[in-house]
Amino acid sequence: MDMQKGTPQDHEIVLSVEDLTVGFGSKVILDQLSLDVRRGEILGFVGASGTGKSVLMRTVLRLLPRRSGTIRILGQDYDQLSEAERTALDMRLGVLFQHGALFSSLTVKENIQLPMREYLDLPQKLMDELAHLKIALTGLAPDAADKYPSELSGGMIKRAALARALALDPDLVFLDEPTSGLDPIGAAEFDELIAQLRDTLGLTVYMVTHDLDSLFSVCDRIAVLGKKRVLVEGTVEDMLAFDDPWVQSYFRGKRARSIVRTEDARP
Amino acid sequence: MNSTALPAASLTTQPLDGGMGERIVLSGAWRNTSLPPVLGAVDELGQRAGGQRLELDFTDVDQIDTSGAWVLKQMMVSAADRGCEVRTRGMTPAMKELIGALPDRLEAVRASAGAKRTLFQRLFEPIGRTVYDFWEDSISAMNILGAAVRGAQLKFGRHSGLSPAAVVNQMDNMGVRAVPIIMLMSFLIGAIIAQQGAFQLRYFGAEIFVVDLVGILQLREVGVLLTAIMIAGRSGSAITAEIGSMKMREEVDALLVMGLNPVGVLIFPRLAALAVVLPLLTIVANFAALFGAAVVAFTYSGITFEVFLTRLHQAVAFSTIIAGMVKAPFMALVIGVVAAVEGLKVGGSAESLGKQVTASVVKSIFVVILMDGLFAMFYASIGF
Repeated sequence: MDMQKGTPQDHEIVLSVEDLTVGFGSKVILDQLSLDVRRGEILGFVGASGTGKSVLMRTVLRLLPRRSGTIRILGQDYDQLSEAERTALDMRLGVLFQHGALFSSLTVKENIQLPMREYLDLPQKLMDELAHLKIALTGLAPDAADKYPSELSGGMIKRAALARALALDPDLVFLDEPTSGLDPIGAAEFDELIAQLRDTLGLTVYMVTHDLDSLFSVCDRIAVLGKKRVLVEGTVEDMLAFDDPWVQSYFRGKRARSIVRTEDARP
Repeated sequence: MNSTALPAASLTTQPLDGGMGERIVLSGAWRNTSLPPVLGAVDELGQRAGGQRLELDFTDVDQIDTSGAWVLKQMMVSAADRGCEVRTRGMTPAMKELIGALPDRLEAVRASAGAKRTLFQRLFEPIGRTVYDFWEDSISAMNILGAAVRGAQLKFGRHSGLSPAAVVNQMDNMGVRAVPIIMLMSFLIGAIIAQQGAFQLRYFGAEIFVVDLVGILQLREVGVLLTAIMIAGRSGSAITAEIGSMKMREEVDALLVMGLNPVGVLIFPRLAALAVVLPLLTIVANFAALFGAAVVAFTYSGITFEVFLTRLHQAVAFSTIIAGMVKAPFMALVIGVVAAVEGLKVGGSAESLGKQVTASVVKSIFVVILMDGLFAMFYASIGF
């Protein structure tokens, strides 16, 4: 989350994936995949179940090994960094896992403070304030701070996990299905929250999602994964114009049509 | 871009032109990593800065994140509270948006430390709690035992017999796979008892009685006791962890909703398998221990295997073996029931899983030893 002088639209590439190949055993999941994410944008990532969206995200986060290809995050290639530089790079990434992955034995506040304690040299009072600030920013009630994850509802877990992902003020945030399991109103609020945080904190957001509403309402660009690589990336209009049966049925299906129609009807 | 090369946050103060206040010139990166050096100065300024006017100059600020913005916002808010006029200069739109988005003050949420408790309460509350826990444990243990006895895989009215596959699978896990470690352990225990016994009995010239010693001790007490302790550590913990993690992921609830009794589906096969397997393992353990004793008796005291067997035949009555074996199924039930009770107590967190597994092993070992003592008293009073 850099408030660097200069507009966010200067098309700096924050995450670049080149010729990435990932496979398990004899099975190739991603083949020569390339993808760019620009600073300040919200990139929505879609694809049929089982095409490797999660594999790609986990590979970028180095939770899975890759066969070939380079991944540059914030202009840096992880393989060429020293231990200290890797840590510095890790601090600038935030991840919201699909099921929250909050530490169940810590309260929400302690969850948020864990990376702060580990990496920052701030007094406890300021860390407390910052934790409460993140809780407020993500729209959680203040009394959620001292609750344990098992006492939270699904939507609150997502928000708490987002607050933890934002604990160190990252530049790049990975969201894995952030609105899955939320009711439409909660999901819309969450979308708005992400857009708002992008604007205020200057985040770049990489969002894996199946939620058509999120794709249409907050995503600046959409990338579609299929046939082991990125089939197409671009705006909603590009998706609608792209000639591929899966993309067509996804963006022109019954569920999508109603959204497109209401979007068009808006002044 | 490289955060290792970030210029640290810094600030300087200068009097404002009119002399009515102060200007604070901020520079560097106000990010969470580069913030600590200025925190003291910011605190101090927050207490007194201003006078009538305070001007913050952001022109030289390279980067700012929420922590930097928060610290500055706090300073501005506290100055404004003192009636000071606060102005800013040179903010980029992004900075303005960030600082504007932060709340003025946080709703102070302090965990209420709870009413102060008296010494009496602090002293006796844990004791009372322990007694209640013990009572609840016994109730749920009886509950599980009862449900297991009432019906093998009782599916709420719809009786379909127990599933042999589940029981056999558990027997494989808890029994067959435990054979090597049980044999090795018992072999060593038998050997150690025989060695120590032989050394002591040598003073009386009664080395041959080491056979009586090992035979009776192993077959009546040590064999079944150590096997049960081993199984409590090995399988009791596994049962608690399995049932506990199923409880955590709502799998137990899923069974309930399907109309299946968790005790029948999850616990009964394990209990049944344990009750079959523990006596069998005890027999294996006894053979291994006697073999170990025979080897040691031969090496240290020159008692040949033939002599050993003959003496053993005279020393050990059939009732001795029965006295030991009878205890095995009871211990199996105790281990299984304690493990299941603790497993079902697991709550939502990973921490509670660890806690219950520990409790399961500790409690089942304790109860197994206690039970062995009760059996010894019982046998003594009926002269068995």
